[in-house]
Amino acid sequence: MQKPTVENLDTLEPNTWCKGCGNFGLLRALKATLAELEVPKEQYFLVTGIGCHGKLYNYVDVNGFHGIHGRTLPLATGVKLTNHELTVICAAGDGDQYDEGLGHLPHAARRNIDIKLFTHDNKVYGLTTGQTAPTAIQGYRSKTTLHGAPSPRLEPLKIALASNASFVARGWVGDLEHLKGLMKAAIQHRGFALLDIFQVCFTFNREQTFQFYRDRVYKLEDEGHDSSDLHQAWTRAQEWGDRIPIGLFYQENRPIYRDSLPQLKKEALIKQPLAPKGLEKLLKEFM
Amino acid sequence: MQQDEISLLVGGEAGQGINAAGFLLAKSFFRGGLHVFGSIDYPSLIRGGHNFYTLRAAGYPVYSHWDTINLVIALDALTMKRHHKHVSKDGGYIYDSDRIPADHHDIPTDKKFLCPIPLKTLQKEIGGTPVIRNVIALGATLAVLDYDVTILEVILRENFQRKGDKVVEMNHRAVRAGYDYAKKNFSNEFTYQIKAISKTKQNRILIPGSEAIAVGAMAAGCKFYSAYPMTPSSGVLHFFFAQGEQFGIVTHQPESEIAAINMVIGAAHAGTRAMTGTSGGGFCLMTEAFSMAGMTETPLVVMLGQRTGPSTGLPTYTGQSDLLFAIHASHGEFPRILLAPGDVQESFDLTIDAFNLAEQFQLPVIILTDKHLLESHYTNDTFKLDNVPIDRGKLLPMTPYKGEKPYLRHRYTDDGISPRLIPGTPNALVHTDSAVHKESGFQGDHCEIAERQANKRYQKMPTLMKTLSKRDTVKIHGPHDAKTSIVSWGSPKGAILEALRILHKEHQSINFTQILYIEPFPVSEVEKAFQGKRLILVENNQTGQLGSLIQQYTDYKINYRILRYDGRPFDPGDLTDRIREALK
Repeated sequence: MQKPTVENLDTLEPNTWCKGCGNFGLLRALKATLAELEVPKEQYFLVTGIGCHGKLYNYVDVNGFHGIHGRTLPLATGVKLTNHELTVICAAGDGDQYDEGLGHLPHAARRNIDIKLFTHDNKVYGLTTGQTAPTAIQGYRSKTTLHGAPSPRLEPLKIALASNASFVARGWVGDLEHLKGLMKAAIQHRGFALLDIFQVCFTFNREQTFQFYRDRVYKLEDEGHDSSDLHQAWTRAQEWGDRIPIGLFYQENRPIYRDSLPQLKKEALIKQPLAPKGLEKLLKEFM
Repeated sequence: MQQDEISLLVGGEAGQGINAAGFLLAKSFFRGGLHVFGSIDYPSLIRGGHNFYTLRAAGYPVYSHWDTINLVIALDALTMKRHHKHVSKDGGYIYDSDRIPADHHDIPTDKKFLCPIPLKTLQKEIGGTPVIRNVIALGATLAVLDYDVTILEVILRENFQRKGDKVVEMNHRAVRAGYDYAKKNFSNEFTYQIKAISKTKQNRILIPGSEAIAVGAMAAGCKFYSAYPMTPSSGVLHFFFAQGEQFGIVTHQPESEIAAINMVIGAAHAGTRAMTGTSGGGFCLMTEAFSMAGMTETPLVVMLGQRTGPSTGLPTYTGQSDLLFAIHASHGEFPRILLAPGDVQESFDLTIDAFNLAEQFQLPVIILTDKHLLESHYTNDTFKLDNVPIDRGKLLPMTPYKGEKPYLRHRYTDDGISPRLIPGTPNALVHTDSAVHKESGFQGDHCEIAERQANKRYQKMPTLMKTLSKRDTVKIHGPHDAKTSIVSWGSPKGAILEALRILHKEHQSINFTQILYIEPFPVSEVEKAFQGKRLILVENNQTGQLGSLIQQYTDYKINYRILRYDGRPFDPGDLTDRIREALK
């Protein structure tokens, strides 16, 4: 088993993100986080979806699966239930997770499947060249909302809270130390974790820039936020405008999905022999 | 008069326990050493409507129900009206005279045997609730048939033991009430009487296709089953939930078919044997991920239980209209395997093979079934569970990786099959990608990579064809040198075998070519079976989809087609008539 370092987490794959892409910071924070944890490289499993974020899979040298659009969570669920000794991380885009794959989010959250979801939230479709994302701010103009996005933005943190997610946080790529802390906390959390990450698409979104966030974000922990208080979390999640909170909104310890499965109490499914003994008794009831 | 074969029908509204009553009756004959085939017909509703269970019992193997019925057990008037045309001349009715008065217009006047039983009155006499009426009717049925009623009493004890002695006692009282009433009033009046052959348990099972597939999957080592409920595939899901836990199997009901198949791909990629099940509409939703299994070379097993389409179609009825869809499902080109069992033994065997082939060749496998196979009760020798072959192909052990470095998930090999490593194995990492990828599994869009990886996936075909040539991809039932061959696949097998039995008695020179491994298409086996024969195509669909494949892959075009696409399975009687017509 190999202990991860920032260096050995590098793949030699050429990076194809645009210059100035917020994903670079996110990638750096992720590698630094993995390097600081005691999990060997072979025990990480990274699932990504389709979009610019999905290429992250090519740049982090751990086990990885670049799946189809919007389906990181169910795929990761299958991996996790089969081998719960793996630390399973999903990276998804805002279009990927909150449009195409939104239906999976509340279910992964309420089940408290022990996987971590890091969403690259830059409020625009990048790889398909600049269409409006569900998290785009109302009025945002793009080639698919020529007169400005007519509808209010989708609010992932509120969806997660309403779905009984046990860990809800928001970070941004302008403060990598802070982001790293959140990634670490998410990975160490026992249960499902949503970490929505404000990221910047330099090429297609000229509105939500580094400066936009720098002027607005503040850290919850600086204002005495109690992350065990759901009501406070909900109130903070509503905040939007001149001041936008980042940090850990909510965390609770409750049983994870696996706790409900006695067949996984002793050891991971992958470690159990395939063909079970005593199947004969199954046929008895048909006799 | 003693008969060696009988067909019965239990009918009534949903909620009256029609399926339960039919099955109890089927089990009673089965336990008496008879061969039984039982089939349930029900609309998509929970209360009301018209449900019926048709069963056939005989002293010799039976492969199908028959539409012609000797005795109808009617819990409502509609059952009498609806099925009258199918009742044999010497047939009769047991019916609820509290619900259907003697002057009711649905009571037949053409000298059929009539056995009115006051179910409500008897139920009140024994102090039971209305749900017990079906059991009273069963007691009356066994009396009329002069069949050993104690067999049913034993079955009821087994079924209701866990609900307590009181419930067992009440069921026994109900059976006796019906039995005694009928014996007293209608003793020995009915033409059809049938005897138990043996009361000791045979080494046989009475099992529907759903359970045969589920048991097959479990025997093959399926450790993960995730499926969204959809008729007629839900039986497999229920069985996995009920029985899986004790055998260390994880069963999951996800939020959609899309989630189900992605979970199963995740589980299979993570190294276990995993499966999902669905019906046509659900499989439509799965196709995007099905293609991902092809691209990532993940061993995937999907049980596709067909029902009548298109769209919502007839949700609770049968059909075979998804063959071409399943064979062509998904975007892009990648190899896949499609297996089509025709009875419960084949369901068990082919499910096991599906898991082996999926892992040996690292590709998706479809087990194509339908409502008729999944939900009908078949009598079969018990399945052999010892020495079930498990071949995981090029799967590497989870011990520290010592192979060629670096480990490449999609490494080029002579047979196109790469060594498969379980993520989490020390000293190696596993990368795979739904996008075109290099040997390493990392994305690579260069034309050379795209072509070479595409070739790699199809490079498996020669080895696959060689492996399949050792399987019974095609079965010939009946004399190989027959002049005519009926060509079919899947669940019509039962009705065809019944028809064959009659036609052979009439000295017709005819056999039945059953194609079980349909994709990749067993061209030479099929051509060999067809050589010099007149062919008749039988399919439970409108366009003759197997016929299209035959035309595509062989030099044969089958012009005579017997097709049924009204949601109902073939009736052996009607099918025989249609084949006779073809033989003229």
